[in-house]
Amino acid sequence: MKYRDKSGKNEAIHGYRDTRIFTNRAILALVFVLLLTLVLVARLVYLQVLSHEHFTTLSQKNRVTIYPVPPTRGLIYDRNGVVLAENIPTFRLELIPERIKDIDATISELRKLLPIDNAAIERFHKERKRRRSFNSIPLRFQLSDEEVAVFAVNRYRFPGVDIKAGLTRHYPAGSLMAHVVGYVGRISEADLQTINSANYRGSTHIGKTGIERSYEASLHGTVGYQQVETDVLGRKLRILDQTAPVPGQNLHLSIDANLQQIAVDALGEENGAVVALDPRNGEVLALVSLPGYDPNLFVSGIKSKDYSKLRDSPDRPLFNRAIRGQYPPGSTIKPFIGLAGLELGKIEENSGLFCRGAYVPEFQSKRPYRDWKRSGHGYTDLEKSIVESCDVYYYELAYRLGIDQMSDFLEKFGFGSKTGIDLPGEAAGLLPSREWKRRNRQQPWYPGETLITGIGQGYTLTTPLQLAVTTATLAINGKHLQPTLIHNIEYPDTGLREHQKIRIVNNVPVVDPYNWSAIKHAMFQVVHGQHGTARRIANSDYRIAGKTGTSQVFGLKKDETYDAEKLAKKLRDHALFVAFAPAEDPRIAIAVIVENGGSGGAIASPIASKVISAFMTGEKK
Amino acid sequence: MTQYAGPVPMGNADTHRGRLLRRLHIDLPLFVGLMFLSGISLLVLYSAGEQNPELILRQTTRLGIGFGVAFVLAQIPPRSFQHWAPWLYGLGLLLLVAVLVLGEIGKGAQRWLNFGLFRFQPSELMKIAVPMMAAQYLATYHLPPRPRAIGIASILIVVPVLLIVKQPDLGTSLLIATAGAFVLLLSGITKRLIFSVLGLIAIATPVIWHLMHDYQRQRVLTFLNPESDPLGAGYHIIQSKIAIGSGGWFGKGWLNGTQAYLDFLPESSTDFIFAVLGEEFGLTGILVLLVGYLFIVWRGMVIAIQAQDCFSRLLAGSLTLTFFIYFFVNIGMVTGLLPVVGLPLPLISYGGSSMVTLMAAFGILMSIQTHRKLVAS
Repeated sequence: MKYRDKSGKNEAIHGYRDTRIFTNRAILALVFVLLLTLVLVARLVYLQVLSHEHFTTLSQKNRVTIYPVPPTRGLIYDRNGVVLAENIPTFRLELIPERIKDIDATISELRKLLPIDNAAIERFHKERKRRRSFNSIPLRFQLSDEEVAVFAVNRYRFPGVDIKAGLTRHYPAGSLMAHVVGYVGRISEADLQTINSANYRGSTHIGKTGIERSYEASLHGTVGYQQVETDVLGRKLRILDQTAPVPGQNLHLSIDANLQQIAVDALGEENGAVVALDPRNGEVLALVSLPGYDPNLFVSGIKSKDYSKLRDSPDRPLFNRAIRGQYPPGSTIKPFIGLAGLELGKIEENSGLFCRGAYVPEFQSKRPYRDWKRSGHGYTDLEKSIVESCDVYYYELAYRLGIDQMSDFLEKFGFGSKTGIDLPGEAAGLLPSREWKRRNRQQPWYPGETLITGIGQGYTLTTPLQLAVTTATLAINGKHLQPTLIHNIEYPDTGLREHQKIRIVNNVPVVDPYNWSAIKHAMFQVVHGQHGTARRIANSDYRIAGKTGTSQVFGLKKDETYDAEKLAKKLRDHALFVAFAPAEDPRIAIAVIVENGGSGGAIASPIASKVISAFMTGEKK
Repeated sequence: MTQYAGPVPMGNADTHRGRLLRRLHIDLPLFVGLMFLSGISLLVLYSAGEQNPELILRQTTRLGIGFGVAFVLAQIPPRSFQHWAPWLYGLGLLLLVAVLVLGEIGKGAQRWLNFGLFRFQPSELMKIAVPMMAAQYLATYHLPPRPRAIGIASILIVVPVLLIVKQPDLGTSLLIATAGAFVLLLSGITKRLIFSVLGLIAIATPVIWHLMHDYQRQRVLTFLNPESDPLGAGYHIIQSKIAIGSGGWFGKGWLNGTQAYLDFLPESSTDFIFAVLGEEFGLTGILVLLVGYLFIVWRGMVIAIQAQDCFSRLLAGSLTLTFFIYFFVNIGMVTGLLPVVGLPLPLISYGGSSMVTLMAAFGILMSIQTHRKLVAS
């Protein structure tokens, strides 16, 4: 780097060059300045000379106001065209702050005419702060016909206040679809962070949960505008110009409302979840989480009393068990562990062991691992281990596989990761591994933990949806699909329907297809065999393959016995059942969880049976 | 300061008046231009502010303070500015960080520091300190600058700009970035470099676009085309276009504009004052304003070209061209050509600190012009 020569010897030469460069650049800059100024002048000529008349007309109107025209929200149907979410016309009271001299006085005058609660006023003020003063801001929703009439008579007293006809979301199915469709609610501060607010001018609601939330972009549509000439009081005189809104897309869900209703009825008073899907394309046919709630309560702002009742209920009705509830899979994991054993060559289909009701591992002889059947299952091969759900068999198999192989194998089916369903807030479950334990618990993996992982207890957690997806993957020989709730999307302007594409997450590698049939045959025997744990649901019309499960909520001490009668209801075991049908050509895969239900065979399998039967016979409710 | 040889008659301007102005370090053409614009400011403001005498009084006071600051700065020789530049720049950086930290503590966006008696926006200081620092640094070497010098100068510019973007103050950071960029452009960096930077931006834009969320893209589009959101940012533009367009060739006459009175035109005395001018004085009035602006830019560039050292040239050139960007962006924004970034119309809009900064810049220009050593002709 050469410093400027202080002695001044080269200064003259360099100084001359510096000056020349600078002068060139300065002249260039002046040329740009002139060119850009000419652009401005051209623009001004366009505005003031060429479009002068147009703008004069606009300015001469006493008032030109721009109103947003909100798009009509897309409708939601079930797969057979039953309406699940619709828009019904309602009236609401709106204020334009700019046109009102004293807002507080106006509101207190309005309260003499119409009931307006404090929460609504608070919400109005909050919204007023973030909107511009010429925007119309709603104060009360869903006015009755009588209230509309009362205000209409007194309207002259309230400049800047008006009744607007609008559409309000309504869910005719009520709580039946609450956990699928979700609901819309007033746009909140947090919502504004993630939306393009320009498209929401005039919209008051936004999808808060469920399909309403995950398909918000499709359902909402594009806002339109009206330039309206108004008088001094803000009454519309004439529409000068308008851009029509583009309505939202209609969603046809894969859900069968009839099947959903049957699942809800089958669960009855129990808390739990049912997920049924089509293993061939991943379309979810029923997704039930009980108890549910009435989504209509949320649309116009739920009353705080109602909300705290829902929020504080011990049954947690707002909690979507089907996708967020995480339960130990219990014995429903056994077919997968058995398959791992066959595919990785750790066991053979026809060899077995003798079950005495407890397993004493090599590494720790002091503490035997108990079977659920204290007397033992006697000689047990693979099929019997699934049919009768022998724990000892799986302690031994888990020991042979080790946690690493077990964890790797289960991962391919989707255990421990989100299924990717198009609903917000899905839980991933938990597939334990050495790595996971070191990272999250800062502890090494203990061999005993391998054994209980083999029977679906310990750290392993699954969601009901995950169980349905993994069962479907097993049913169709390893094609792991992403579940979806959409059957097709309808574009209202053209009426065209776009079908949902099947998304394959991955393909579980198949070493020997015979191993898969062996496992599926064993699952068939669970239902149709002499000793099957779900034999009560066997019927002659179609063949079901399934697996029962019971997951512990309450850990038993060493010599305690499990006595359902003595335990408080909420400490009782969860009852699980997974199944697919028809066993030879699966068209439905299902997972049922009954919280604190007790035995999977006795409680959960009949529920699944009712749903499968309705599906297979097309029975109408 | 030792080099300063005292007031020497300048060419054939050796009149009594010329000598007095030189002694006072006032550049007459610049002074006349500024007075002319101040007159327009008060005239339009009287109408835009609904003939509120208090508004006019306050604006007159500010103009007075502005001219005072310009006069004081004009007395200081450019050598001193060159000497102080790093200190001023360092102080500015420190204050910018302080503003951010205090804003963090106060849990809100902050642009100013409260010194009890008055509030101070460090970003205003940086409007002058950044080009001064860049000019000082580049003037250390021969022009055109080497790649390393360009790199360091760029860092000197980018750091304060990013700090101001974080405040967030898009308009000011844009001005400071352009002020710095002008120093680099005037210093004679090669065309190849200019085009490579432009090329790089051209390549990076689609990549960044691809990485953005859908709603972020929507926001960028709304920003670039505010009229797509007629109830948000676009409202101002639509209303100001109506005001300007309805002005026609000669306008509706002083105090006869309707849009500002009916409260249609928001911020009519600050960022959108140009629309009031356009409505009341028409294209003719606007052209008169533009002539006034261009005259000042012309004079500023003459001062830059005539300046005798590299630092003065770069600083004068950058300050002048930034002044151009200032009014170009404001007018472009009000007429719907450019996105709304929130810049006032320089010297015309009602408003305090930015006016003082502008006048300070003109004070520096006057200093550069009136402290020249005259070579015998």
